[in-house]
Amino acid sequence: MWSLIQIELYKIFRRPRTYIAFGAIAALIVVIQLGLKIDGDAYAGFLMKDINDTLTVDGKVLNGYLICYILLQLLLVHVPLLVALIAADMISGEANLGTLRLLFTTPYSRTHWVLAKFIAASIYTILLLIWLAFLALFVSMWIFGTDDLFLMKSNYVVLIEQSDVLWRYVGAFVFASFSLLTVTSLGFLMSSMSNNSIGPIVGTMSAIVFFTILSTLNIPLFNLVKPYLFTTHMNNWKEFFDIKVNLNNEAIKGSILNIPKIKTSLWVLTMHIILFVTASVIIIKKKDILS
Amino acid sequence: MAVIKVDNISKHFGALKAVDDVSFEVQAGQVFGFLGQNGSGKSTTIRMLLSLIHPSSGNIELFGKSILKNRAVILEQVGAIIERPDLYPYLSATEHLQLFAKVRKQKVAASNITKTLEQVGLAHRAHDKVQSFSLGMKQRLGIAIALVHNPSLIILDEPTNGLDPQGIADIRALIQHLAKEEGKTVFVSSHLLSEIEQVANQILIIHQGKKMVEGLTKELLDPEKRVVQIKTLNDEQALATILSSSFSPYILPRKEGVFLKLPTQAIPLLNDTLVKAGISVIGIEAKNSLEDYFLQITSNA
Amino acid sequence: MKKYKHIIGYCTLLMCSVLISLNAMAQNDPLIEKVSQKLGLVNDYVAEGVMKTDVSFIKASLGKVKVYFKKPNLLKVKKDGGISLLPRGGVSLTINSLLNTKQYTTIPAGTQQLNGKNLTVIKLIPTDDNLDWVISTLWIDPQEALVYKTATTTKENGSYEITMQYGEYAHQGLASKIIFSFNTKDYKLPNGITLEFGDEDPAAKQKALKNKKGTIEITYSKYTINKGIPASIFK
Repeated sequence: MWSLIQIELYKIFRRPRTYIAFGAIAALIVVIQLGLKIDGDAYAGFLMKDINDTLTVDGKVLNGYLICYILLQLLLVHVPLLVALIAADMISGEANLGTLRLLFTTPYSRTHWVLAKFIAASIYTILLLIWLAFLALFVSMWIFGTDDLFLMKSNYVVLIEQSDVLWRYVGAFVFASFSLLTVTSLGFLMSSMSNNSIGPIVGTMSAIVFFTILSTLNIPLFNLVKPYLFTTHMNNWKEFFDIKVNLNNEAIKGSILNIPKIKTSLWVLTMHIILFVTASVIIIKKKDILS
Repeated sequence: MAVIKVDNISKHFGALKAVDDVSFEVQAGQVFGFLGQNGSGKSTTIRMLLSLIHPSSGNIELFGKSILKNRAVILEQVGAIIERPDLYPYLSATEHLQLFAKVRKQKVAASNITKTLEQVGLAHRAHDKVQSFSLGMKQRLGIAIALVHNPSLIILDEPTNGLDPQGIADIRALIQHLAKEEGKTVFVSSHLLSEIEQVANQILIIHQGKKMVEGLTKELLDPEKRVVQIKTLNDEQALATILSSSFSPYILPRKEGVFLKLPTQAIPLLNDTLVKAGISVIGIEAKNSLEDYFLQITSNA
Repeated sequence: MKKYKHIIGYCTLLMCSVLISLNAMAQNDPLIEKVSQKLGLVNDYVAEGVMKTDVSFIKASLGKVKVYFKKPNLLKVKKDGGISLLPRGGVSLTINSLLNTKQYTTIPAGTQQLNGKNLTVIKLIPTDDNLDWVISTLWIDPQEALVYKTATTTKENGSYEITMQYGEYAHQGLASKIIFSFNTKDYKLPNGITLEFGDEDPAAKQKALKNKKGTIEITYSKYTINKGIPASIFK
């Protein structure tokens, strides 16, 4: 099995397409970092308009931690599309190329190949996330320095002490890996149903966009289905950055406001991953390889 | 021992019967020619042999074991190319062989990779990316992939596609070498019968999913069973003359033209009969190749 | 933004440094003079304390702060690393700016019970129309000569209240705890900016609606008095 994973990884990283996502993430992050470096105070001022009516905020608000949060908010919506580019091509791309029949006439079963491909795609996804974390977090920390994380949410502000931030990012990135692996598995499922690359890639992207819209629109009818949509849960990495308060309204260091919400989301995402991958295996096992 | 044993396999794609109740056996050490026009069901049959397609009915055994139940063990001993030589454009010839050597349970020596590339005449392009290869070179690499792990059964689907005459001759020689020198069983399909008749000891012709004929090549090419086409100014009169003569049993029913199946030495007598009956004979053509046999069978069907 | 910094420290200033200034002024209220004299004993101090921000829409943990004061009116609050939240406009409320102008008159306003103490109430009214504040009231314990509460109304930044508690350093007029109360305005960022599309936390929303008062509290653990402070601290 390890041989198959190695082969699949080898193929992924020999393809120029693989590096598009790494390049795109780097370009997006650098552009945003540059923009915030040049004009970040205006952006922070805009965000803090309401707060400044009441309070004066003293300190380095626009520090690496906040920049990373802003980047993740923006990018974790788009990275799934980049993940789809590879994941949705894993099986259908080879079917299209005609090489799938070469793989499936080796002594390894189709289940082995599908799982190896999924694991390889997952490793790619995780590497993409690590790359994102490196650029968004560590490079931002290097460029903008660190300070407390002053987080402006829709209805309230959270001020997390500097020493209480990094582990939250670790948690958020682990959570994000589940989100992105759900996308990987969805792309994989689409890929198993097609013999061309474009269909599954567009299909996966469309599904993500469609479900994201359903998840974000606050319409009562949609609210009924929201808890079952993986896109609703994908965004819950943010829960790592909401903190509990005691009766005196003092934030409790090291606490997370809604751990059950994170657990539920992880559970829902994991179930989606298992469901999508199992379905892919079943489809591929039953499929006649005609390409 | 039968290396391949196919019992009454059929494959339906909806209403289309791609393969219809086909049975055959391939013995160890044989070069088995699997002939059919494009779309006749050859590739579907080969894909079923390799478990790429699940048969709608019937049973396939390779090396005495069911392919459906013993896939991994069987495919360890099989090397195959199926239809087009589809490869990874971003990998080199050597990288392809390394990659496919890696998926074998038995370790493939690095020297075998070099040897295989030499065998198919690709050693000089070993490190070039496949995207720069011609169709013929890809075909050679496809064959190399089928051979690299030293399998005992080699299934080659249209191996000469895209090859120039020299390439075709090379592949023919390679097939003969594999069977005679290395004792391998070779299952080779083609729609170009002239290629097969020179290498195969046994031939099966499939048409529209059905097995039309199967037999040893030497029997199918027996000079006693030549197909003779008579070209006259008046085919109807010629046919009537033959029907009323002793040649009547040898007439082959064809939509167009006058065909008979008879030994070569009977041709002068046939000519005499026609001339005596006042028929202007333009020519009598005795076809002795399997190509004609194939055309004959498929045009009859 | 810079000019509004260190408001909390100015709360302290309100009860000490600024009242020191009172001393220098021609005062017609002897109690204010007494307070000023007491505070006049302190030339500078560094106070270590813990700051608590209690605003309905802010979740912040307790933070360690250092408050630096130097006569006559230099004051700085430094958080031990990190971001601090200070009430806006507070700078205009410090007694420094109130009293250093010397443009006010004092009006005795009787006495009032506050936490079981009988306090003398004195109002300060500016005599210059250009000043930001409209009126400031001080609640002073006549026996101890300690200011327990001030309330100031500004022209633009609403009303602020500062209450003080005393302990170990009461004899020098230094509080052990200062609570700065102020009115908060609504806080809301559009979902499109925060990219938060999940269901809103109804409890937080409700809380934001009903509690419009914010407080910032500093509890002092230790004062280092009259040891000298370099001026660079206040830059």
